[in-house]
Amino acid sequence: MKVGVLALQGDVREHISALIACGVTPTTVRRPSELAGVDALVLPGGESTTIAQLAEIFGLFEPLKLRVAAGMPVYGSCAGMILLADQILDAKVDQKTFGGLDITVRRNAFGRQVDSFESDISFNDGSNELIRAVFIRAPWVERVGKDVEVLSRVDSHPVAVRSGHLLATSFHPELTADHRIHRYFIDEVAKPALQKVK
Amino acid sequence: MAEVTGTGRVKRGMAEMLKGGVIMDVVNAEQAKIAEDAGAVAVMALERVPADIRAQGGVARMSDPDMIEKIQASVSIPVMAKARIGHFVEAQVLQSLGVDYIDESEVLTPADYKNHIDKWNFTVPFVCGATNLGEALRRINEGAAMIRSKGEAGTGDVSNAMQHMREINGEIRRLSSLREDELYVAAKELQAPYELVKEVAEKGKLPVVLFTAGGIATPADAALMMSMGADGVFIGSGIFKSGNPAQRAAACVRATTFWDDPKVIADASRGLGEAMVGINVADLPAPHRLAERGW
Repeated sequence: MKVGVLALQGDVREHISALIACGVTPTTVRRPSELAGVDALVLPGGESTTIAQLAEIFGLFEPLKLRVAAGMPVYGSCAGMILLADQILDAKVDQKTFGGLDITVRRNAFGRQVDSFESDISFNDGSNELIRAVFIRAPWVERVGKDVEVLSRVDSHPVAVRSGHLLATSFHPELTADHRIHRYFIDEVAKPALQKVK
Repeated sequence: MAEVTGTGRVKRGMAEMLKGGVIMDVVNAEQAKIAEDAGAVAVMALERVPADIRAQGGVARMSDPDMIEKIQASVSIPVMAKARIGHFVEAQVLQSLGVDYIDESEVLTPADYKNHIDKWNFTVPFVCGATNLGEALRRINEGAAMIRSKGEAGTGDVSNAMQHMREINGEIRRLSSLREDELYVAAKELQAPYELVKEVAEKGKLPVVLFTAGGIATPADAALMMSMGADGVFIGSGIFKSGNPAQRAAACVRATTFWDDPKVIADASRGLGEAMVGINVADLPAPHRLAERGW
């Protein structure tokens, strides 16, 4: 399986390290030709407005949207979650997303940087172990569609969701040494989804 | 489920999210909108861009809270603001306004010629300027969660930023080549704490994100800094002192992402109109050199 990391802007390096720790050899994706060469994709943390705009300018927006719709496994953290959401709130005027996940996400829902926090939360992957989650100007999910499974919550807000081949977290597992979320994406989301396509 | 704010990981992590991006100086809400629309990852709110501070002289201070709040209300991207070196009350004010990052900046007139702000006391993260590795590590020791090269702000002359990037990265490479028992003397020479020196020697990089700033005026300048190992770019006077700010801002964003692709940089550089006029750093009398503020 070839896994790419969208490398237009954001914490690409941390996602690459996390993926390597999970035993895959990731590549960076900035161009349509590079997107065509990967089976699965990670959308990093960063500024969702900047990433969407660069994707558009460099002809990556439509191809990426089509790949997501066609079943390419994708994991998005923070800005990546926003980019996968069908609807967003508190967005910049005309801000576009790749979509695919039937959720409504509120940008910067937890507040400004002074409100950014870390916390031990449960991640419903079958194990009961807590995960250290880092939230930075983080979004939360305000509405989930009927096929969307909520994997983590903070207070009552969903902060990790999955629907078929798509996984999104409003926190940044790539900033910690615990790679369970990336492993979950590879083993439980991407592999089964790609198996199905074959 | 205890939620902890202001941790090192949260502060440094915020800077990680800005990587590969351009942070632009803006003096009002309209400029902030232009910057956001052009793809800036954050804006730096200040009353006068460095070129005007330079031209007008006088004491440069923290911006008016009203102006910062107007900018915060007008954009969805992070808003940074500058405090004077050592002026911890300005920093407290900025934190209470909810700015996302504070730049303890040599562009403003220093409030303390001996001590910088004790940045560990704050929930909001700080970025500080550095001209060399020792200076960068001293700032990190005081709690800076992000470092930027100083360059010579407000000149449009990229040579100082270039020199600082070469200096910082050259010293990091040198540390990595030393034997472990030589790091004690290296720490003494760098005038930096041994623990940080050892960490840099082991990892071959700073423990925080390193941006570049000062004198960047064109897409090619931004790309040059990225190829020198910068994680991202601050552009101060370069955008809103130029002929066509919206177009130049977008062009610098594109060149920062595709810093290694001359074709993209060529396209981004076309028809931008006039760049800021600029001043050669060599023509600046020493007392007017901002990079020499801070120590």
